[in-house]
Amino acid sequence: MHAYLIQSINLFAAVLLLLSFGMLSQRRILTLIHLFTLQGATLVAATAVVAYVTNQHHLYYSAALTLVTKVIVIPILLHRLIHRLNVKWDVETLINIPTTMLIGILLVVFAFNLALPIAQLSSSIVHSTLGIALACVLLSFLMMITRAKAVPQVIGFLSMENGLFFAATAATYGMPMVVEFGIAFDVLVGMFILGVFMFQIREQFDSLDIRHLETLKED
Amino acid sequence: MSWSGLFSQLLEILVALVLAPLVTGWVNQCRAWLQNKSAPSLLLQYRMLRKLFHKESVVAEHASQLFRTAPYIVFGCMTMASGIVPTLSTDLPLSPAADAIALVGLFAFARVFISLAAMDIGTAFGSLGARREMLIGFLAEPALLMVLFSASLITKSTSLTSIAETLAHREFVIYPSLAFAGVAFTLVSLAENARVPVDNPTTHLELTMIHEALILEYSGRHLALIEWAASLKLFAYSCIGLTLFFPWGMAEVGSPQQLILALPVLVLKLAIGGAILALIETASAKMRIFRVPEFLATAFMLAVIGMLVHFLLGA
Repeated sequence: MHAYLIQSINLFAAVLLLLSFGMLSQRRILTLIHLFTLQGATLVAATAVVAYVTNQHHLYYSAALTLVTKVIVIPILLHRLIHRLNVKWDVETLINIPTTMLIGILLVVFAFNLALPIAQLSSSIVHSTLGIALACVLLSFLMMITRAKAVPQVIGFLSMENGLFFAATAATYGMPMVVEFGIAFDVLVGMFILGVFMFQIREQFDSLDIRHLETLKED
Repeated sequence: MSWSGLFSQLLEILVALVLAPLVTGWVNQCRAWLQNKSAPSLLLQYRMLRKLFHKESVVAEHASQLFRTAPYIVFGCMTMASGIVPTLSTDLPLSPAADAIALVGLFAFARVFISLAAMDIGTAFGSLGARREMLIGFLAEPALLMVLFSASLITKSTSLTSIAETLAHREFVIYPSLAFAGVAFTLVSLAENARVPVDNPTTHLELTMIHEALILEYSGRHLALIEWAASLKLFAYSCIGLTLFFPWGMAEVGSPQQLILALPVLVLKLAIGGAILALIETASAKMRIFRVPEFLATAFMLAVIGMLVHFLLGA
């Protein structure tokens, strides 16, 4: 039973990576939000299993915190945001999707190699998944770079936080509670600020394309 | 080579030849049910094959010998492929002849011949179909190889029979790498078998055809052989999937009596697989041809990630 639980953590880690790739290749904002919700749910499951296997009670709290913020509150906020901004259609990417995926594979190879020596220092039972967590962070970075519109960039930012959270769980069984509460609160506030920011961008430029922000002066 | 091995080999080829049109018929029937249509009979494929075999086959005036021989080569390749893939038993004398890599080569061989035959006549639709087929083929092959390599890395063998044996006998372990490989394999087999997101098997619109455009000039017994070969290809792909991801319930070396149980298990697995295929086909819309490279790049990427995850997690 114990062995299966540890294997299932590995499986959840793999699913996280799969969802990161799914988000990278997704064109529709609505599906992007669904994938993000799913990623949050996988993270909750993974954290809860780690908590059960290692008997670390504070991880249950952080799993619950993730459930409330990443799976319930933020997706609802995002849904309302895209409803009010009325942006459900295709997202345009700066690089075409197959190229993005190939770059993604290279990033995964890089992350796995980078994490190998670090993971060996850790005594956690799930230390080998650190590479996957790092790969998720880098893939979210890539998503933020390759997307031209503001909403997918925000989702990329949030998904990067998912990756970081998983990295903390994998390497050291989570961060101290105070830090976790702080981050969760930061993410929520950041979400509100970015929401307001997006309305401002659209009012100013009639579009959510952040390339408009590159010109500093009005012609 | 033992007598029981020879028997299971022959039985397997026979079962493949008989069951393959049934699988295609079952997928069509499920699809019709899901789309609220009255379903065609399960035996429709057999009746169509019989009808086509009785018809005279008409060949274009400028057709070369290649055009006439291609259906036989394609049919032979697919029969050989379904003889190599373990379906009922892992005691197959033919299986050392070709491992997983050679099997992919066998599919490629058939594809080259059917494409050449389509271009041979010189009609616009033939060469259009041939070019699209080659485009899909050259993108799908590396992904399929990577899927097979993921399974080979776990079992330390590229022979499909020993992969099946090792996976079926090992105590149950969750392999994240096989989960990736499974998703990738589903995408590849949809593309390779001319199924909905990539190609529509029931289309009558020439501009969107891929597989149908290739065989537009064939008639009579040639067409029958090609249709049968297409069914066999679907059967072989389903069996590769079953071997890699659900290898339980096959007969083994030295116990031919298990063959009795293996056949109903295989039929059950194929029935479930066919229903899932019909569900996928109904739920997804056909994509533009220029989206296909993206679709197959995703499959390739997933398979590569599966291998990388295997190296990272050791599972």
